[in-house]
Amino acid sequence: MWSFFHKFGSPPWLYSIAGSILRWLLPITLVALAVGLVWGLFFTPPDFRQGNSYRIIYIHVPAAVVALAGYYVMAIAGAISLVWKMKMADVAMKCCAPIGAALTFIALVTGSIWGKPTWGTWWVWDARITSMLILLFLYLGVVALYEAYDNKEAASKACAVLALVGTVNIPIIYKSVDWWYSLHQPASIKFTGESTIDPSMLYPLLLMIIAFYALFTCVLLMNMRAEILARESRTGWVRKLAVSGGRG
Amino acid sequence: MSAPGTLPFCYRLLRRQLVLAVRRPVEIGNPLLFFAMVVALFPLGLGPAPDKLAGFAPGILWIIALLSNLLTSDAVFRSDFEDGSLEQLLLSPQPLFMSVLAYIAAHWLITGLLLALVSPLFAVMLNLPSQATGTLLASLLLGTAVLSLVGCIGAALTVGLKRGGMLISLLILPFYMPVLIFGSAAVQAAVRGAPAGPYLAIIGALLCLAIALAPLAIAAGLRISVDG
Repeated sequence: MWSFFHKFGSPPWLYSIAGSILRWLLPITLVALAVGLVWGLFFTPPDFRQGNSYRIIYIHVPAAVVALAGYYVMAIAGAISLVWKMKMADVAMKCCAPIGAALTFIALVTGSIWGKPTWGTWWVWDARITSMLILLFLYLGVVALYEAYDNKEAASKACAVLALVGTVNIPIIYKSVDWWYSLHQPASIKFTGESTIDPSMLYPLLLMIIAFYALFTCVLLMNMRAEILARESRTGWVRKLAVSGGRG
Repeated sequence: MSAPGTLPFCYRLLRRQLVLAVRRPVEIGNPLLFFAMVVALFPLGLGPAPDKLAGFAPGILWIIALLSNLLTSDAVFRSDFEDGSLEQLLLSPQPLFMSVLAYIAAHWLITGLLLALVSPLFAVMLNLPSQATGTLLASLLLGTAVLSLVGCIGAALTVGLKRGGMLISLLILPFYMPVLIFGSAAVQAAVRGAPAGPYLAIIGALLCLAIALAPLAIAAGLRISVDG
């Protein structure tokens, strides 16, 4: 158990293991994304009320789900780095923030594009939309705080504290649609009880959600590899890697 | 001389902060002046029609209280950080959780409490219906305490930075939003004649949560800022 833990703290080990995970995860992700998109956009029946415009759900919902989950990944990585002073958890936390911000932004933009034909407006100040906007601000706050520190070790710790404080907001965002009756529809997919979405639309949606999770993991690992190289650029193993042309 | 107990220590810390503030009365007056000036901006920007202003008044008053709290929270730890007394506090055997609460209490007494006390005056200027004045006062008393607690998290995280001013607003405004939502909703409920109690109860719950958790984050933030 402990040797596993120590291995996680080792940059060369994490760099190579992330590389070998990416080698098979990245192709699978791209295939799943392509299949899910084609299935969702071309082979699902049109909605009886929204027609074809609902098809943006195959991007909107996965992006929003993973944006929320990404915050937990960031906060948990931050907690690990604060408690066990693990450098690699730092790297994971730092790399989560821009990805999460991008996904939140995608969810907001697609939601806004979806809102125009169905609600007749680009933007409403409804509970879920506002709280997703707050999530975007939380992510951007972490990025801004990290950039403001010159001492990157202190920056990671400060960001970890900020990310942990922010977790208070996440359950509120998650449940906002259920707590406040608003324009945004409540969650259609339920783990317990009947889902309010037809199976012919549900399966491609589930595939897209899984694909987005995998995409998040891939981009996170790629970012982490780049960050590890940047932080360790003065060490011997990175030099050796650079000399051998990345095959080391 | 033996070290004082935790409570006397915190009391002395609180007294020191208050004495420092009272010696420079202009610094106490500044947030109030800011409050007054921004109140004057709204009739200029939105037009002076009394009924229109009355509709916006709960939100306007709450947003200004929030902004003046935000602008003052930057300075809570700064001078003590610069002259090194914050470092002494971190080295002292006193629990940082309690000493941080003393700092926050001083900040709230100097800004939040005073802002809440003068708010009825500005409520009259903005034509807020008089039946909502009590709720405004109560919601600001509770709410500004939450704002002080949350604001100090941002202050602790940015106190070591040269250019913290803008950053602190980016960090803590997202956390101010729930307080603003329930605070202005309480006043709006009172304007309509609906019971404001549930909203005040939620702000009270937020306050309990913040008192329990914010000092932990502030203490961690201060240690990072002093070490880093």
